[in-house]
Amino acid sequence: MDAKRGDWVRIHNVVLEAGERAPNLPEETQKVPLEMWTKGFLLNEEAKIGDKVEIETYIGRKAEGTLVEVNPYWEHDFGKCVPELLYIGRQARELLEEEGE
Amino acid sequence: MAKDMSYEAVMARNAEIMKKAVGIDYSEFEYGTIAFDYERMMRETGYSLQEIERIQQETGVGNTPVYELRNLTKLARKFAPKGKGARIFVKDEAANPSGSFKARRAATSCYHAKKLGYKGVIAATSGNYGAAVASQAAMRGLKCIVVQETFDSKGIGQPEIIEKARKCEAYGAEVVQLTVGPELFYTFLVLLEETGYFNASLYTPFGIAGVETLGYELAVEFREKEGRAPDVVVVTNAGGGNLTGTARGLIKAGATDTQVVGASVDLSGLHMASDIHFNRKSFTTGHTGFGVPFATWPDRSDVPRSAARPLRYLDRYVTVNQGSVFYMTELLAQLEGLERGPAGNTSLAAAFKLAQELDEDQIIVVQETEYTGAGKHIQPQLTFAKENGIRVEIGDPADEVPGESIILPKDPSYVKIKELDLNRMRRSYIRNCIQSTDVKKVTQEDIDFLVEDTKSSEEFVKSVLDEFGVEY
Repeated sequence: MDAKRGDWVRIHNVVLEAGERAPNLPEETQKVPLEMWTKGFLLNEEAKIGDKVEIETYIGRKAEGTLVEVNPYWEHDFGKCVPELLYIGRQARELLEEEGE
Repeated sequence: MAKDMSYEAVMARNAEIMKKAVGIDYSEFEYGTIAFDYERMMRETGYSLQEIERIQQETGVGNTPVYELRNLTKLARKFAPKGKGARIFVKDEAANPSGSFKARRAATSCYHAKKLGYKGVIAATSGNYGAAVASQAAMRGLKCIVVQETFDSKGIGQPEIIEKARKCEAYGAEVVQLTVGPELFYTFLVLLEETGYFNASLYTPFGIAGVETLGYELAVEFREKEGRAPDVVVVTNAGGGNLTGTARGLIKAGATDTQVVGASVDLSGLHMASDIHFNRKSFTTGHTGFGVPFATWPDRSDVPRSAARPLRYLDRYVTVNQGSVFYMTELLAQLEGLERGPAGNTSLAAAFKLAQELDEDQIIVVQETEYTGAGKHIQPQLTFAKENGIRVEIGDPADEVPGESIILPKDPSYVKIKELDLNRMRRSYIRNCIQSTDVKKVTQEDIDFLVEDTKSSEEFVKSVLDEFGVEY
């Protein structure tokens, strides 16, 4: 079992299948489903990743979907070194110092 | 019998759902064929400026500091003709509770929702507005759902949007995340219907009126400190609400001579509903992909009549490239000690160049900043761009191709602006009015409305009507 009742989980749903998408969309978007994710506390006694489950979201709404993650967390960060940015501050400071006031 | 929740059935209930979720009967303000009474809508469904000041004070919104950017001004003057190079100021809207000017819009929406007895609010946004609504909802004891377009079909999301989701959750909101596509609106309607919450749309009169205090504060503050209102105010433009509200606030303060300039990041060539282009852009707002379509057709928004109507107020509309905005973001931190943005610095990049056209004693104001955080910062955003195959180079921004490259200006003289043709946009707006109503003949009321809604002349409106064979 991956999760038990009360665990904080993330669920997934397909809102619209490819082929059901709105008209006037670019072809690449038409070809893929419209997918949706939300998070909440698991209401089932227990569940495995991939199971259809029910959750109660943080604000108390009930939602159903496929269990995809237990204790989900954010992984975004401050990125890698971008050497292309390193000239900006030094160059500007030099320019300001050039003639002074 | 259970309601039909199919896509078609829910979309067909749009008007009915919206009426319940916004509490405005927009049909009351319609007259003529094309025309509607914008000012009456703003007056009767919104709040007075004084009421909004009070509402915003209750939750710590507004009265943000203004800083003079002395080093950036000095740098701009080095590249300006003799005697040119206006003083550049910035209003530090990042000082609002949720880190952006959007708190002003959210403050009024949440106040209104609470007053009308709604239990919660819902907003469809991938931007700072989500965090603003979540924060204001927390203060007012309302529940909050934010619906975001977050991922491409591979499940990869822009770091900037991911950060905004995190921030919404930090304030206790539920965040519903979707892949690319305008059918997000369907999910939004389903949630409104299911919960009975208030639609904290960015485009209601409350939302727009919330920004009026920003323009008003600018006029008052500059008169106090500098003896006159700013000569130019530059506004980052996407959906048009920031510009509309700021301009209306300036006018309400009597600052009718202040020029209002819109600025957007140039993302021409990228399709906003494309699963492939989605992660090939480095700006998720403040760009031409929203700025141009919303200016030329404001009523495409999530309410029947948008209160954000930028063409009514725009004196000039310019674009800058992605590389220049990242560059100015770095300069703002390095020379002025303010780590903000990046997206909010679009107007700063434009102002840096615009200042070089103005006299030294003139005043140009960048009217917002936004908070910086993990994901929402030049480094992760450029890292993400590179991972998505975008070339990051130092050179001439004129060579940047959105979706293929980001070009950082090799020195400050390479920060440039491109002018958008406002008459072309006005024509496009009038064409959209004609096409959406399928009108063959318009009344004088319609003409008067179009003149006002495009800040043009009767002669101009008539010339466009002639072009499309519409009688009057």
